[in-house]
Amino acid sequence: MKAPSPVIESDAPVFGADARARLSGIAESALAAAREQGVGAAEAAAHLSQGLAVTVRMGEVETLEQTRDKGLSVTVYFGKRSGSASTTDLSPAAVRDTVRAACTIARYTAEDPCAGLADPERLARSIPDLDLLHPWNPPVERAIELARECEAAALAVDPRITNSEGGSLSSYEGVEVYANTHGFIGTSAGTRHNLSAAVIAQDESGMQRDYWFTVSRRPDGLESAAAVGERSAQRALRRLGARKLTTRRAPVIYEAPVAASLLSHFVGAVRGESLYRGASFLIDHLGKEIFPPHVRIHEQPHLKGALGSAPFDNEGVATAPRDLVRAGVLQGYVLDSYSARKLKMQTTGNAGGVHNLTIDPGPRGLQELLKQMGTGLLVTELIGFGVNIITGDYSRGAAGFWVENGEIAYPVEEITIAGNLRDMYRGIVAVGSDVDVRGNIRTGSIWIEGVTIAGS
Amino acid sequence: METSKSLIEQARRSLLDPAGLTEAELTRLMDKLLTGQVDYADLYFQYSRHESWGLEEGQVKSGAHNIESGVGVRAVAGEKSGFAYSDDVVLPALVEAAGAARAIAAQGGRAQAPAQWRTGNALRLYQPADPLASLPDQEKVAVLERIEREARARDPRVKQVMASLSAVHEVVLVARSDGMLAADVRPLVRVSVTVIAEANGRRESGNAGGGGRFTYRELIAGDTVLEYAREAVRQALVNLEAVEAPAGTMQVVLGPGWPGILLHEAIGHGLEGDFNRKGTSAFAGRVGQKVAAPEVTVVDDGTLADRRGSLNVDDEGTPTQRTVLIENGVLKGYMQDLLNARLMKVAPTGNGRRESYANLPMPRMTNTYMLAGKHDPREVIASVERGLYAVNFGGGQVDITSGKFVFSASEAYLIEKGRITRPVKGATLIGNGPDVLTRVTMVGNDLKLDTGVGTCGKDGQSVPVGVGQPTLKIDGLTVGGTQA
Repeated sequence: MKAPSPVIESDAPVFGADARARLSGIAESALAAAREQGVGAAEAAAHLSQGLAVTVRMGEVETLEQTRDKGLSVTVYFGKRSGSASTTDLSPAAVRDTVRAACTIARYTAEDPCAGLADPERLARSIPDLDLLHPWNPPVERAIELARECEAAALAVDPRITNSEGGSLSSYEGVEVYANTHGFIGTSAGTRHNLSAAVIAQDESGMQRDYWFTVSRRPDGLESAAAVGERSAQRALRRLGARKLTTRRAPVIYEAPVAASLLSHFVGAVRGESLYRGASFLIDHLGKEIFPPHVRIHEQPHLKGALGSAPFDNEGVATAPRDLVRAGVLQGYVLDSYSARKLKMQTTGNAGGVHNLTIDPGPRGLQELLKQMGTGLLVTELIGFGVNIITGDYSRGAAGFWVENGEIAYPVEEITIAGNLRDMYRGIVAVGSDVDVRGNIRTGSIWIEGVTIAGS
Repeated sequence: METSKSLIEQARRSLLDPAGLTEAELTRLMDKLLTGQVDYADLYFQYSRHESWGLEEGQVKSGAHNIESGVGVRAVAGEKSGFAYSDDVVLPALVEAAGAARAIAAQGGRAQAPAQWRTGNALRLYQPADPLASLPDQEKVAVLERIEREARARDPRVKQVMASLSAVHEVVLVARSDGMLAADVRPLVRVSVTVIAEANGRRESGNAGGGGRFTYRELIAGDTVLEYAREAVRQALVNLEAVEAPAGTMQVVLGPGWPGILLHEAIGHGLEGDFNRKGTSAFAGRVGQKVAAPEVTVVDDGTLADRRGSLNVDDEGTPTQRTVLIENGVLKGYMQDLLNARLMKVAPTGNGRRESYANLPMPRMTNTYMLAGKHDPREVIASVERGLYAVNFGGGQVDITSGKFVFSASEAYLIEKGRITRPVKGATLIGNGPDVLTRVTMVGNDLKLDTGVGTCGKDGQSVPVGVGQPTLKIDGLTVGGTQA
């Protein structure tokens, strides 16, 4: 690690009070247009966002993209029939057309007793400031400089870093308004800045690519460009000379950045939609032990400045911290109002997904976990989509390192790891203290007792 | 091939007229873009309407309608691309976007903006119809209800049927700095069915669907949609009987059609021009080399009538073509967009595609398939002592640089002593792109294209694509089951 990047002054937001007022006005005009159409209830979400993305490759600017998006989506309810429509045109005429399109669809959809807005008592009453908005608006030259510095640091690590997909910097700001005919209107604004490098290492064994990135809502929350570049290079270099393994059963440690996928499959299986459709291996598992007793998984929607924080969900329902798994036992599902009604339960404030889902870290870092495991596989990359949430069957392509005597022995590739998520979850031996907070799922490395590795 | 005048007229009416934009204003915009050392620039106007209807639990409960329109503005200087877009199709917004896009170009020099716009060539591979308007809404609902009834009637073990119907009407107009105007009006429809069957406390699923560049009328003609319902049920019931899949390297026979996703992942992405210009693909610099068995010829063909992956012109105004990627085992060439073709000093191949006006174009596949060989598929299976026969797949993915690729079977069987014995659970297959096709030992005579459901993702951009192949035997592919 080098010295941290110089503190970068935060800039004024692009979307100020007037932009928010305009967006609220559009959402409210959509609800008014819906009332004119005689709807029983309606909801509208409007958003504005803008950003800059720069990629520098082999020292030269490759792409410079300015993004600017806006949109409105509307859902209307006539009794228990619903229809939805959306548009990128926010003109008054387009808003009315969009509402009409939603109403037309609602004429043909079936009565659905569970359809409707969230129950009024569940809507957020106060909207806490979660420290999500830290505008940057870097000048183009500054953005290019950081992307270039990031790539240059990677290329300088070793002569075997021969090629690059580039260093990239992006910065986005967005604001969203959600309103419904229960009288709820809520605004949330946020920023997201990202710096990354992807480079290629080459020797007589062939080419290997890897990358690293840093992401934060605050410009000064990013790792330094040099640190990101160096890490991407080290990750690519260590993969050189990768071989296949022979087919075997072995314990496996998922490095933190890929361990998050194990938890996203868990979310997929406890989502209301999967449950009421019977499309999950975890239906009827509430109150049952699905992980070992040392595992706690919880949501932290109000974590200040975190990437997955939100004061209310996509239906205006107040979010709140809660445990999904305590002492290995499933405590709750991931529900929106619709799926909650289907299951005769209450919404959990998860319309649109989970918020900072966290598995509690254990006391030991990755190196110590490797030592304890002794012999097994460290997975650093997964490819493919071989996960069946209905059955829990799991089979994915992997690359990583074979571990012997607690140390990395050699890189491996062109293998698969397979098992059933039921067994894999029960077989979690430990969670590392090396928590990766760069996403909406926060986890350390995860050590699983035994999977099947297919190779030569 | 004919000039695309009528398409251009249609695009002009949908895109330029409502915004009050004339050709003179396109010239002025282009003039703004070409300030500084810009080699090439384009404006991409797009209007799209999308709808979807979803059925579950016997009822069509949801429907959604979406309109998107905007303009992508790009300036290219050497290897640099400057890009901005606007979803307000009005002149001031476009002028601003042009200013942002040309920021990549150095000062000095300037190309001439076209004073006269000319019309390029375009194919006529599909009708320029609006599929959303091709069927009354109540009939769309009725189609889904028919699918549901058909699936339920097939077997009492069917517990859940989910079906969806979707359509896109898209109009695009490309104005290029070389003075060419090109347009396309692209219909796209799709139906998909998912069935969950249950027996003895075990649940399994099956999926089927299809579509293409036509309207709902063609999609529902005949019995095809009910055929998809029956197919989804059949797969779910097969999977109820499936045992654990084997693990390890073995002979694999792939069925015809959709298993062509093998080609898309193993070689297709690796042959896209951008990765090869940059030298980041495992296939870089290998044109003229042997990368497959002599029986193997693979093409990317954007000119197939009515196909999901087909385009009259690509998103840069280049007419699509049939590009031979591998001929009799030898690597022939790459798929190109304008930027990469220019930098590699080869001709563009009509593979410049983008998800929408809000994204930069890049080389993408259209319909990628392997030509038929000489073997009867039964003969292919009979030749296998012990192996896997995989006929349906979910998704796949590839690491371009190392060449390692995966694709995941959703319906597969064991082959023992030349006979298909029993179904096994889905498993991921993994291999190495540059050499997997050298291990193809038999190519069937039963070339089939997929039914029109494929979507390809690259750099966060999704585009519709097609794949196809005959029955294939590969000597040695790693099967990622659990039975070591």
